[in-house]
Amino acid sequence: MATVGRALLILALAVALYGVAASVYGAVRGRDEWVASGRRSVYAIAALVTGSFAILEIAFLRSDFSFATVASHSSTTTPTFYKGAAAWSSQEGSLLLWLWLLSLWSSLVLFATRRQLRRVAPYATAVLLGFAAFFAALLVFKETPFELLAVVPAEGAGLNPLLRHPSMMIHPPMLYSGYTLFTIPFAFAIGALIARQVGAADWIRATRRFALGAWLFLGIGILLGARWSYAELGWGGYWAWDPVENASLLPWLTGTAFIHSIMIQEKRGMLKIWNVSLVLATGTLAILGTFLVRSGILDSIHAFGASTLGVPFVILIGVLIASSIGLVVLRRNELRSENRLDSLLSREAIFLLNNLVLVAMAFVVFWGTFWPLIAEALTGTRRALGPPWFDTYTVPLAIVLVLLSGIGPVIAWRRATVSNARRNFLLPALAAIAVGALLAVFGAATRPLALAMFVCGAFVVASVGQEFWRGVGVRRAMTGENALVALRSLVARNRRRYGGYLVHVGMALLFVGVAASTAFNDARDVRLAPGQSVRSGDYTFTYERATSHISTRGGDLEKISFGAVVDVSRDGRHVTTMRPERGYYPSRDVAGLGPVGRFFEGEATSEIGLDAGLRRDIWTAMTPDIRRLLPTIEEGDRVFSAAAGRLEPELEGQALGMALKGIVDKYLADRPEATFRVISSPLVTWIWIGSIVVFLGGLIALWPGPDAARRRVTARYAARVAEDLGRA
Amino acid sequence: MDIVALLVILAVLCAVVALVSAPLRGRAVDRVRAESDDEIAELEARKEAKYREIRDAELDMRTGKLSQEDHRALDRQLRAEAVEILKALDDARG
Repeated sequence: MATVGRALLILALAVALYGVAASVYGAVRGRDEWVASGRRSVYAIAALVTGSFAILEIAFLRSDFSFATVASHSSTTTPTFYKGAAAWSSQEGSLLLWLWLLSLWSSLVLFATRRQLRRVAPYATAVLLGFAAFFAALLVFKETPFELLAVVPAEGAGLNPLLRHPSMMIHPPMLYSGYTLFTIPFAFAIGALIARQVGAADWIRATRRFALGAWLFLGIGILLGARWSYAELGWGGYWAWDPVENASLLPWLTGTAFIHSIMIQEKRGMLKIWNVSLVLATGTLAILGTFLVRSGILDSIHAFGASTLGVPFVILIGVLIASSIGLVVLRRNELRSENRLDSLLSREAIFLLNNLVLVAMAFVVFWGTFWPLIAEALTGTRRALGPPWFDTYTVPLAIVLVLLSGIGPVIAWRRATVSNARRNFLLPALAAIAVGALLAVFGAATRPLALAMFVCGAFVVASVGQEFWRGVGVRRAMTGENALVALRSLVARNRRRYGGYLVHVGMALLFVGVAASTAFNDARDVRLAPGQSVRSGDYTFTYERATSHISTRGGDLEKISFGAVVDVSRDGRHVTTMRPERGYYPSRDVAGLGPVGRFFEGEATSEIGLDAGLRRDIWTAMTPDIRRLLPTIEEGDRVFSAAAGRLEPELEGQALGMALKGIVDKYLADRPEATFRVISSPLVTWIWIGSIVVFLGGLIALWPGPDAARRRVTARYAARVAEDLGRA
Repeated sequence: MDIVALLVILAVLCAVVALVSAPLRGRAVDRVRAESDDEIAELEARKEAKYREIRDAELDMRTGKLSQEDHRALDRQLRAEAVEILKALDDARG
């Protein structure tokens, strides 16, 4: 099967190269049959890569350790759900996932536009096939997922235990869907620039939904990663300004700017250079994000370590930047604005300001992420910038961004008068001031930036609430519908507008959650013996007793866990009982490790204790002190090493099991001390609730409107415009 | 390489060549719009965007973001722009 998988990838590479040539030839010569052949190359690649991906997945599900990647990233003890997802935990598997998603999304957009965009689509096809050729070449020549082992091991190394979390399994496909979807507007923008069609409305209309989908998928991917970090990594945070996290944030920020400013081009024919630059930058940053994870150029807990992919990616990114800049400069005459900004008091002006803030944030994140490389180039020493540096710049920008997301919905397009603005801003502003005053009274004034975020968040919720209220009122006055039906019809008829408003509310909730949980969290790191307590916020954490157990799967030892029972109380009243644990997975690399010691030398993961609520989260993780066990473990190593080869394997396994059971029991008997991290943090849950609201709003904005309704509306307006024409 | 794998690869190769070369053999060419149709599609897209702008302005007026007076002026301007697009559409359609 590996041979077939590899052959499919080689075929995909050949078809991609042919498709690039066919598409460009067809576009230059005006030969539709070559253009169609190029487009069919994309469909063929989708089929070939689907076959290749299926072969790899089957190998993982069957634990076929003749595949090197399966042997190094899965094992018979890996749960089936994680076996299926282990494919993209490897470098080569994740590259294959990238290519697969790219081929599927490319096929979808090219099928949808097969009878349109005569001049733009062939060049866009060539660009998409160029990306496919690049990734197929990496998979054929650099990182093949179909490498076979000369000696097939009986057991694999297993999936990294840190990745055994449901959100971590969905996170990469979401992130890669975002990255690959962003290449679509990029490709069509390049096509439009080459074909001198960049001012046209139809390529934007054809790809807008893909840009919005990319934004949504990438956002979900980022948030799933944050959730994983919070629940799995044992440090209690959800964002660490890690280079790989930042790499996914960069295209999301510029993509957010693009999906706002493209509305101005659609409506007013303005900001063409800005928009095309944004979409080109976003596509390039999506590739840069992939590069950062793949190359290991920056130190990150997420990166795949040092690899040989750096040079090809640098060349690709160089080509993307050079061709983007070159095309924009060459087509600068076609990119002139058709209109000017009518007023600084207009939605266009707010969108422009929002764009500047988003791009400034992207620049800060870019600078901070790449600073270690810049510093190394300038001084010879690699120095990373930590969260305080990022917070210094991004927090004020985020406050302005949230404020703007509240102003945008209540200000009119083209021009708003002062009296109208006063009428629309009055209630939201009063609500925001009231919330701010109330929170200041309750002590929030000690953290002015957080208070500013709460005030801006309240402003957003109030302004969007007012918009929904008024919209429903208008709808009810027009149709006599009841409030719920009116709300549904209002949203259904204006999906982009009201879906977008919901996204704003979700982002405001998310930022309020971030501000509260960052500014007011109380985190303590303490060493406790059973019976001792520590306070965090209003809560007392008492280490009641130690726990330990051995987990097995399929007859094999999966991990040894040492944990604690922690009682949490407030003002003497019991709140909850938590059971944090530290799990030790055996090392598969037995060389140099003792027969007993290897069970404590592999990966270790934290199972956190979490009591989440709307007002606050109580969180704890523990690290057991196993130093007292070391003499016993060393003794076990000596005994089993001396007995090696003298015992039957079955007997040796039983004896080893008993020895480990003895160690686990000894841990309990010793009443061990442990190091705890305890956190009480307000409003963390609102980050996840805000994310769900963002997701729902994005889905509403993305959902296609019913064709029939669109036709009716169009016909009605056409009649009215035609009537005006008759009068003129 | 075993014979089954070889046969599978050959079969896939044939299928890919058939799929990709079909338009070159005069088969299955999707009817791509003529250039004039592209112009019409572009104008249709502009028309829809203009209509959306008119609808947005109306909703802005009804929800109090625009005064009736401002809306009247803006609406007149937008409809004039829509008329220009409709004229261009008529010209393109011959």
